Amino acid sequence: MFVGAVFFPLLGATISGFFGRWIGSRAAQWSSVGCMVLAAVCGALAFAEVAMDSRPATVGLGTWIDVGGFELAWALRYDTLAAVMVAMVTLISTLIHLYSVGYMSHDATPPRFFAYLSLFTFMMLMLVTADNLAQLFFGWEGVGLASYLLIGYWYDRDSANAAAMKAFIVNRVGDFFFMLGVALVFLTFDSIDFSEIFAAVPQHTGDTFLGLNSIELIGVLLFLGACGKSAQLGLHTWLPDAMEGPTPVSALIHAATMVTAGVFLVCRMSPLMEFAPNALTLVTFVGASTALFAATIGCVQNDIKRIIAYSTCSQLGYMFFAAGVGAYQVAMFHLFTHAFFKALLFLGAGSVIHAMSDEQDIRRMGGIWSKIPVTYAVMWIGSLALAGIPFFAGYYSKDAILEAAFAAHSLVGGYAFICGILAAFLTAFYSWRLLILTFHGEPRADEHTMGHIHESPVVMLAPLLLLAVGAVLAGYLFYDFFVGEHEHAFWAGSIVNAAHNHIMHDMHEVPAWVPLAPTVVAVLGIALAYFLYMVAPGLPARLAAAVPALYRFLLNKWYFDELYDRIFVGPARRLAAVFWKIGDVRIIDGMPNGAASLAAGASRGAVRIQTGRVANYAFAMIIGLVFFVSLFMLGLR
Amino acid sequence: MNAAGFPLLSLLTFLPLVGAAIIMFVRGDDAVVARNARWTALWTSLVTFVLSLILWARFDRGTAEFQFVERVSWLPEFGVGYHMGVDGVSVLFVLLSTALTPICILASWEAITTRVREYMVAFLVLETMMVGMFAALDMLVFYVFFEGVLIPMFLIIGVWGGARRVYAAYKFFLYTLLGSVLMLLAILYLWREAGTTDIPTLHRHAVPVAAQAWIFFAFLASFAVKVPMWPVHTWLPDAHVEAPTAGSVILAGVLLKMGAYGFIRFSLPILPEASAQFAPLIFVLSVVAVAYTSLVALAQEDMKKLIAYSSVAHMGIVTIGIFTFNQQGLSGALFTMLAHGVVSGALFLCVGVLYDRVHSREIARYGGVAGIMPSYGLVFLFFTMASVGLPGLANFVGEFLVIVGAWKVNPWVAAGAALSMILGACYMLLLYRRVAFGRVTREDLRGLLDLSPREYAVFLPLVLATLWMGVYPQPVLAVFEASVAALVQRHEAALNAARLAGL
Repeated sequence: MFVGAVFFPLLGATISGFFGRWIGSRAAQWSSVGCMVLAAVCGALAFAEVAMDSRPATVGLGTWIDVGGFELAWALRYDTLAAVMVAMVTLISTLIHLYSVGYMSHDATPPRFFAYLSLFTFMMLMLVTADNLAQLFFGWEGVGLASYLLIGYWYDRDSANAAAMKAFIVNRVGDFFFMLGVALVFLTFDSIDFSEIFAAVPQHTGDTFLGLNSIELIGVLLFLGACGKSAQLGLHTWLPDAMEGPTPVSALIHAATMVTAGVFLVCRMSPLMEFAPNALTLVTFVGASTALFAATIGCVQNDIKRIIAYSTCSQLGYMFFAAGVGAYQVAMFHLFTHAFFKALLFLGAGSVIHAMSDEQDIRRMGGIWSKIPVTYAVMWIGSLALAGIPFFAGYYSKDAILEAAFAAHSLVGGYAFICGILAAFLTAFYSWRLLILTFHGEPRADEHTMGHIHESPVVMLAPLLLLAVGAVLAGYLFYDFFVGEHEHAFWAGSIVNAAHNHIMHDMHEVPAWVPLAPTVVAVLGIALAYFLYMVAPGLPARLAAAVPALYRFLLNKWYFDELYDRIFVGPARRLAAVFWKIGDVRIIDGMPNGAASLAAGASRGAVRIQTGRVANYAFAMIIGLVFFVSLFMLGLR
Repeated sequence: MNAAGFPLLSLLTFLPLVGAAIIMFVRGDDAVVARNARWTALWTSLVTFVLSLILWARFDRGTAEFQFVERVSWLPEFGVGYHMGVDGVSVLFVLLSTALTPICILASWEAITTRVREYMVAFLVLETMMVGMFAALDMLVFYVFFEGVLIPMFLIIGVWGGARRVYAAYKFFLYTLLGSVLMLLAILYLWREAGTTDIPTLHRHAVPVAAQAWIFFAFLASFAVKVPMWPVHTWLPDAHVEAPTAGSVILAGVLLKMGAYGFIRFSLPILPEASAQFAPLIFVLSVVAVAYTSLVALAQEDMKKLIAYSSVAHMGIVTIGIFTFNQQGLSGALFTMLAHGVVSGALFLCVGVLYDRVHSREIARYGGVAGIMPSYGLVFLFFTMASVGLPGLANFVGEFLVIVGAWKVNPWVAAGAALSMILGACYMLLLYRRVAFGRVTREDLRGLLDLSPREYAVFLPLVLATLWMGVYPQPVLAVFEASVAALVQRHEAALNAARLAGL
């Protein structure tokens, strides 16, 4: 069961990847879906046993590396934290596999797509069940690879290739820090095994490295790694571009699972992070800033998938600042609920795009709600959950996050709370802007497209409906386990709050207006969107015209891409050319080639002296004789 | 005295020469000669490879001593003898050489059409030289093989190479020879000092600290060119570009390892103080190599040149690992050498597949190949990812260990080594994107055939080796564990002794 949950997807990937050509496209698709269903069943069973019955387990698979006291094993570590992730990943991935059968039906090479998708799931599961940091890194890079392949799935498009490369390389920047963090972990603890690290943390709190506290430095380095994968401020630029991939990919990888790996990492390292207060402050600050920053951009984008992508970025910021104030459980809770409603929103958007003949610009949609009612309904549910409207999944987790930020009673906690409230307002605003522009108003698409609008097939609607159920119920059902009264028994030590950290208790004792605030601002956001886009549809354009600088600043995503082009990409290219053309060709090669031509010139000169005329030689001899004789006479006397 | 019961290493070394001799005597018209030469070369190299597996099977992993030792007195009055043997450091390189040779011969099956007999002879002689070099335990014997490698390689580049082959061959030859002359001086000095050229004896001989510095630099001159280290690397791209595919494979797979092997075999154990003293210099050169050549790789328009520059960057990681003097770093360096031998060899073969079909190495000439040749696209992607250091594939294990080892010594050096993770991804993905992805813009590419059975046979062992080394590297690491541990221990003991003497 434990092994099956992880390895069934690999089996599925192998079948459809290598044998897809022989068994045919349909068989390949359905066999990978079948493997995923098996994995999901195993995942659910594992969740029941490990998390609900509190029976964690570790399954050893073999040695990986063992060099001079540096020991690594392949092993599956099933504690509650891992089991939650495994159950969530396998379930969502199964639904998305199923959805893809419908979505990719017009594609040329579905077996390749399913192979990548299953491979991704396998890698993600390796990541979450890792027993040590290197295995986690294996999964970490593996999901990066799968994401690279899937973003660039339509590889005849230049934009898709560019986005795929960008995703991989920006992630690599994060990995650079991650790797250094792992090296420092080994230097500090002589091991990168989770159990050994966690056991040894209290003895190493005083260690320093380069004059800095080792634990703090580890925390910062690992967090910077997490920033890459989870698209936090500074390393977020790849995520919106990643929407070049097919929509199921966006739903699975760039919303529900892979991008949450960074949050998972911080929670996994909670026993260590607890002793790194400054690193946690950084986590809170970056998370809170990202939550607000991404939400501001989401308000003006016009591509339906990019809006949702920025909203993902923003929600990841929430998770990070929850972890940053020490409420890892709450971060995991939001991660869990977010997976449902964000996958739902993306797949809903996919259904819209499918219906609109691959149109993604919401300015060319509108007036289609009655033609695709099921999609319309599930998009509403997803948006309600995202905005945190009471009794939908997002309400429980987002409220809990804001309560925790408030209860932190620190400066950065306050900052996070304010950013969180503002972002909640903007979230509701852009969600309803999206809903209204997409489904209501006058149809803005051409007649041909409008004529083709159709509801998606059952194979796509079924996953949507299941996810919608999750988006409604996941918060209510699991609140008590994740953050409520059974919290301690549920996590069973897989997440550690240090003795000085009472946030899980304090967050339930905040003033009464705090839990109410997010709901109020969300309703205000919805009202504003309704007013601007339904009541006075001319107003947004006028607003944009009134503050053109701000509008352009937001539309161009705070000019991050341009900035990075200027600072990194351009100079790197110029430096490359200089190093090559001048450094290698002129200077380094110039010297030996110069030496060669010098030698050739000298030998030509020497050849010229040898004229073959005896008179010349005799003359030279006499000159020489005179020279040496005079030297002898002058010098030796 | 010998675990195999017969002089296995000499057999491995000289069997290819026998094959070469047989090929020399083949008579008949050109087609018959070519066919017989190919088959003879393939069988000879395969038999050599199978015999070398005995090394793998019978090698005692528990000891750092030299094994399969053979010793014949040659010039006893000068302390020079024919002495062969392998330890954990060298045994896998013997295997790497014997494994890559049949793959190279298979890869040249159809690509080489002129002077096939001479080509195959050159390759078999090259194998003799490589195996002999890794197995030699006498400095003079080592030197003979070390230099001997140059001759067949010089011919392979100069005769069967591309348009500027003569320039490249001379550059390759002169560069490497210049360094070697200085090494010969150092060997002569050591022989005068210790009265012998026997390597294990020299390992136990304490060279005066004052003399160590210049001997170190004499060795460095030779090994740095072979590695190649920045800034004496420019012969490599030219040699690679002009060499035939199989020549590039051997060049990247085995010849580049000779320099690093020299550091581990001579510089570290014989000159411990100088090695420790000049380690910062090596670190600086290596980190510069990683950053500089990675950037230069980014600007390349020629597929082979790009991979050649990437080799320089990878070897930078190797030299960092060697001069960390700790077990993780050294094991990582050795592992990276092996992994790089397999992976970059395979990448050159990937380029060769396209070159055989289109006769161009220019990146811009391609595009959309993955759609036309899906199996090839997959294989190329596999090795691209291996080269980038994806965990689970061969290169990662070595690089990871080097970074861990380097971090112990100096975190900035570790950061420099880790930089290759980012830059490596940049240039390799750019290469893959421009060659394999994108729209097909050249109509003549549409007719390309996917991998042939012969090409599958070439790639399959390399794919399996890469996966195996990535997922379960322990059997490989275990081979050099004892030798590396002994090396580290001896190094520390020597340094401590020097420190005590200084007090």
